[in-house]
Amino acid sequence: MMKRDNALRLLKGRVAESDIVVAVYQTLFDWMEISPRDLNYVSTGAMGQGSSHGLGLALANPGRRVIVLDGDGSLLMNLGALATIADAAPANLLHLVFVNGTYEVNGDHPVPAAGLLDFAAIALGCGYRDAANCRSEADLGDAFDRILGNQGPALLALGVERGAGYPRDYEYIHSPEARERFRRALNATDSRRRMNLDADSAGGQGSPRTRLHG
Amino acid sequence: MSAAEEQDAVQVPSAQAPSGSSIIRELKRARVEFVAAVPDIVTSEGLLWPISRDPDLRLIRVCKEDEGVSMCAAMSYNGTRAVLLMQQTGLMASLNAIRAIGMDYRLPIVMLVGLQGKEARLEPEESAAYGVRIIRPVLNAMGIQHCLLETPRSVARIAEGIEQAYEASKPRAFLIGRAPAG
Repeated sequence: MMKRDNALRLLKGRVAESDIVVAVYQTLFDWMEISPRDLNYVSTGAMGQGSSHGLGLALANPGRRVIVLDGDGSLLMNLGALATIADAAPANLLHLVFVNGTYEVNGDHPVPAAGLLDFAAIALGCGYRDAANCRSEADLGDAFDRILGNQGPALLALGVERGAGYPRDYEYIHSPEARERFRRALNATDSRRRMNLDADSAGGQGSPRTRLHG
Repeated sequence: MSAAEEQDAVQVPSAQAPSGSSIIRELKRARVEFVAAVPDIVTSEGLLWPISRDPDLRLIRVCKEDEGVSMCAAMSYNGTRAVLLMQQTGLMASLNAIRAIGMDYRLPIVMLVGLQGKEARLEPEESAAYGVRIIRPVLNAMGIQHCLLETPRSVARIAEGIEQAYEASKPRAFLIGRAPAG
């Protein structure tokens, strides 16, 4: 099993300056230490909502990649978002789920069906363009390249365990300062213009199934 | 009681319901680009189906209403405008997200809420349906501004209300008390 902070360090080199990163709970706190940056979207407000914030950001900012760092407990709380995202089909949305099998910041209780869940299968079943599982640090580089190097919506489920202890700065993530910092960085350049991700995708409009049969 | 609520209190329902096309016109006047929605029988025929066919609005069908709360909030960071269309049951299901993201974070979550079960000639608080009676008290308790849309005239308040929500960066609810005509 790989350490979450090692996985995030490997991810850091693959995140472009213009990318938006939405992260939740302990993965967020780890990421804020490993890769502090203005385009980290840290204020998701309510548990489970990370991927839905990511969808809104992806649709409103087609000129940027949006990378969601979700948790298994969080995603379980908003599992329908996978179908919503697949239907909206933003080509610039990439979804990484850090699967540790527990509600880590809420007492380490196990999530329902811990060890049984296959988030990649669920994502593909909902209509994501691509999805994969990765449980080994040795395979992670290739897995990142596959999921981050192609069109979304795509999901990578990473089997992880906690790494070093990073501080849980709840005060900052809920602060007006955090939201303003993100807002300023986002609007410093125009991100409403679409990326040229795929000539046939109309910039992410319509579902992959629609395109397949269209 | 706010000025908007006072106006609602003296509003006498007319024979005519607001039209869906006039509501859509107001959304466009307020520069709304996206509509997140969970189907609601009050607004289905007169509003949601026409929105789904409108080339100027992009409909995002969400599985659960709180997804729409987050989506609208995230879009607002670069000024992209969106509304969330749902039934009052969805509003109730989303209260924690609205509390955290709309009120604590002060973000413009604009909601169009069909009041399923509301009687045409009664105020919401006079409804036989508990789920309808509590809606305005719940919104008041949360400090969320709201107004009731029941007449063709009341629709004219939508664009202005959306502008105010985005200017003040605060949630706003429009309660649709009668099924909009097509």
